[in-house]
Amino acid sequence: MAWLQTLDRRWIFLAMLLAVALPQLLQVRVPEKPTPLVLNVFRKIEELPEGSRVLISFDYSPSSEGELAPMAAALVRHCCEKRHRMVLMTLWPDGKPLVERAISRIIEGEYAALGLQAGRDYVNLGYRPGKEVVIKTIATSLRAEFPTDDAGTPLDDLPLTAEVTNLQDLDLLISISAGFPGLKEWVQYASSPLKLPLAVGATAVQAPQAYPYIPRQLLGILAAVKGAAEYEVALGERYPNLAIPERQDAVRRMAPQLWAHLLIIALIVLGNVAALVSRPRGGVR
Amino acid sequence: MLRNTIPWLIAACAGSVIIAAYFVPSAQGWQDTIGQWFEVLASFAFVLGGVNLAMQNLQKISAREPGWGYAAVTLMSFLVTLGVGLFKVGVPADSSGSRWGGSYQAEGSAFWWLYEYAYNPTISTIFALLAFYVASAAFRAFRWKNTEATLLLATAFIVLLGRTYAGAVLTSAIPEEYSAFTFPGLTTLIMGVVNTAGQRAIMIGIALGVAATSLKVLLGINRSYLGSGDG
Amino acid sequence: MNLLCRIPPRRYWFAVCLGWVLCCCGWGAAGAQPGEPVPGESLPGPPGGLEGVDHPGDNGTAIDLRWSLSIDDRAEFKPRRVKGYRLERRALPSVAGGSEADSSTDETQVFELPYGVGQFVDRQCVPGRSYQYRLWAVGPGGESAVVETAGPVTPRRQWFDGTRTGFALLLLAICGAVIWFTERAKRGKSLHVREIAALRAMREAVGRATEMGRPCLFIPGIEDMNEIATVAGVAILSHVAETAADYQAEIVVPTTRSLVMTAAQEAVWGAYLKADRADDYRPDRIYYVSDEQFAYVAHVTGYMVREKPAACFYTGVFYAESLIFAETGNSVGAIQIAGTSEATQLPFFVAGCDYTLMGEELFAASAYLTREPQQLGSLKGQDAGKVLAVVLLLAGCLLATAVEVWPGWDPPVNALRWLTGRLLGGG
Repeated sequence: MAWLQTLDRRWIFLAMLLAVALPQLLQVRVPEKPTPLVLNVFRKIEELPEGSRVLISFDYSPSSEGELAPMAAALVRHCCEKRHRMVLMTLWPDGKPLVERAISRIIEGEYAALGLQAGRDYVNLGYRPGKEVVIKTIATSLRAEFPTDDAGTPLDDLPLTAEVTNLQDLDLLISISAGFPGLKEWVQYASSPLKLPLAVGATAVQAPQAYPYIPRQLLGILAAVKGAAEYEVALGERYPNLAIPERQDAVRRMAPQLWAHLLIIALIVLGNVAALVSRPRGGVR
Repeated sequence: MLRNTIPWLIAACAGSVIIAAYFVPSAQGWQDTIGQWFEVLASFAFVLGGVNLAMQNLQKISAREPGWGYAAVTLMSFLVTLGVGLFKVGVPADSSGSRWGGSYQAEGSAFWWLYEYAYNPTISTIFALLAFYVASAAFRAFRWKNTEATLLLATAFIVLLGRTYAGAVLTSAIPEEYSAFTFPGLTTLIMGVVNTAGQRAIMIGIALGVAATSLKVLLGINRSYLGSGDG
Repeated sequence: MNLLCRIPPRRYWFAVCLGWVLCCCGWGAAGAQPGEPVPGESLPGPPGGLEGVDHPGDNGTAIDLRWSLSIDDRAEFKPRRVKGYRLERRALPSVAGGSEADSSTDETQVFELPYGVGQFVDRQCVPGRSYQYRLWAVGPGGESAVVETAGPVTPRRQWFDGTRTGFALLLLAICGAVIWFTERAKRGKSLHVREIAALRAMREAVGRATEMGRPCLFIPGIEDMNEIATVAGVAILSHVAETAADYQAEIVVPTTRSLVMTAAQEAVWGAYLKADRADDYRPDRIYYVSDEQFAYVAHVTGYMVREKPAACFYTGVFYAESLIFAETGNSVGAIQIAGTSEATQLPFFVAGCDYTLMGEELFAASAYLTREPQQLGSLKGQDAGKVLAVVLLLAGCLLATAVEVWPGWDPPVNALRWLTGRLLGGG
């Protein structure tokens, strides 16, 4: 067992590479079942009357796109299916192209047949610097931070935002968050003081931080790829046109996650075996 | 006075106004103004950072310090990105036919190309390294050495399995009415009860720490960030 | 609101008939305002009881409106008989003197609201000006009869947001305790602080780096100076720098924000002055790298691998980089001390580092290291805040249990409502 104690960590890295890459390349799929916290978000969007105003903040950067983009896509698709009007924004400077990508690929791409119009059915507010200060400001005045949309059109000239004074005029807030500023700041400066319904999507690392806010300050949470996969399954059950592999990115990513988790368990066991073997006689201290 | 007292007075005034604005509706406009001032100042800080970055790297190159080639690459990347963004290289013309009217991030522009094909894959790669570090940390740090560590280990097993299909399969024999004892059920319990209780306790402690430290900054008890040398 | 379930069948038909009559009357009475009816489509029943009141605790720019839904506004009617509501606001002429109203405001404004909504907050009012509201339910066939507010509604400016009184009291109690204990400590009252292993180890870590002739690496988090955890991290930096100056060890501080770089330079300069080693201070060792998280991570881990620092300190706000730093530091054999206010990153630091300051310990570090009476006093104030939090938690748990055990007994219900709604609800 001496080899275990001196194991070069590059072997561990190689094992992890194989655990993630092989299921992805072989397109292995595992079934998923939506959990209550995901269903809370799904039902809220489902129950809102058609034409409700939903704000989606893309608070992440390309580094966490692999983990968060599938849930962002699923939420935008759900809003399109329900004909909700979307106000899209980001608190992260490198999140702006991600918003634009969601618009071009989903709203103007997959749902081109609906003829959704910028300004009437959705508005891209873009990015404003200031982090949590942006949330604090738009809580009282949307125009103080965003006098125009990302294309430079005054908000008063857009049918969707003409009647929106501040966050309180929106029916649901959604933050897809990878850190700061993100879910915690939306809870602290929007949902908590203004008593607004807030749903969040978060990375796996950030998700435990969201649980204490449920259910009063957060109505639900989509935790990482698993949360997104559950949402995609719920969406597929309600809208069969979305139950196809091309619209279920997160479900596809659950098999690599399964094998990576199993590898980590095996490594923990091996690490303990190595420690047990090398422990001096005389028992546990 | 200039180095210490005036910055402290600015911090104290801005902090007090923000606290007051939370309770006095008519002061909310002042809070917005302070927020906008912060944004303006933070924008100037980008210039400060850029100048420092350029100076540091130029110094390394001119002194031929070890690794000066990396400094040259950094400086070159910085200048190229800045240049293509400022001069809107490759930006498609807008409806009036002017290239200057389009956004520097417009699809097809050089800046967009750098974002899509250089920046995006690079930072995704570094983030992905986490998977490898998690594996090596699991092998090295998770040890069964005392009661607390054993509890941690057991919790890790349950949550790792409960967050995947393997957990559901391994405990599929458990009847539906006892689903709380399956791996996914136990994971929900751990995350919703045990984790939430711990998180809340830590968050209350942190919130009180933040309040006390903020108060120390407002009252001028803690001025170490101004270089006073005390606390 | 499920009106249909509450109304007996006979009354339901009566209500429908009444609705029809009102619709017809309203259609005639509303004159030119409602939309033209579509032949063959029936008009929806009107909404009921439109009430408007001044929005509490605001700057006098909002009015709360409430109404009961049209009897046709029900999800089971497919296709929907009510497509939405049309709310019209008419500004009344200003009364001369004593009003802040701006008579130049638009006289009327229309809001389109979705179906199923029985309330609306009009946030586009002028303080002191009076408004009259009218509401219609809009269906495929046209608009229902109109309903109006009983009289004009005037928004008033409040000087204090009464809904936040409880939170203000709690804030006063906690801040008051911090100030009171600080004053007591200033007057010479001795205070005990428990041992914090991570802080005790800082001196040893710098000493080890000096012996090995390798640098100390200090990372003050990846957030800006508006984060209190960064301020706490910079306070720790000044102590580590003082020790490094004392031992003549090299300290390197790469930062991810230029404002943090400036603050760190000031803190280290102050520490070198205090240690009487101003000549050894090198400002180029405290430098800005990049605002981009992973560019910074690449630089810092690259530096670790090349220079092999003997001691690494991570204090402030950290996210995904925490484990990358801790594992790389471990691989180069550095002694590592971390502290963060980010609860999600604590497990990674605990797993990867030798010592970790958990949450609030980060904020206590400055007091622990300086042992200044006024800083120690603030710690005691924090403890008083914790006692208050525990008392409130226990009271809440007991009351919630009592509500469950004795469901018909009002006092615990009222007390719990007061505690969660009034005292804690405003925060």
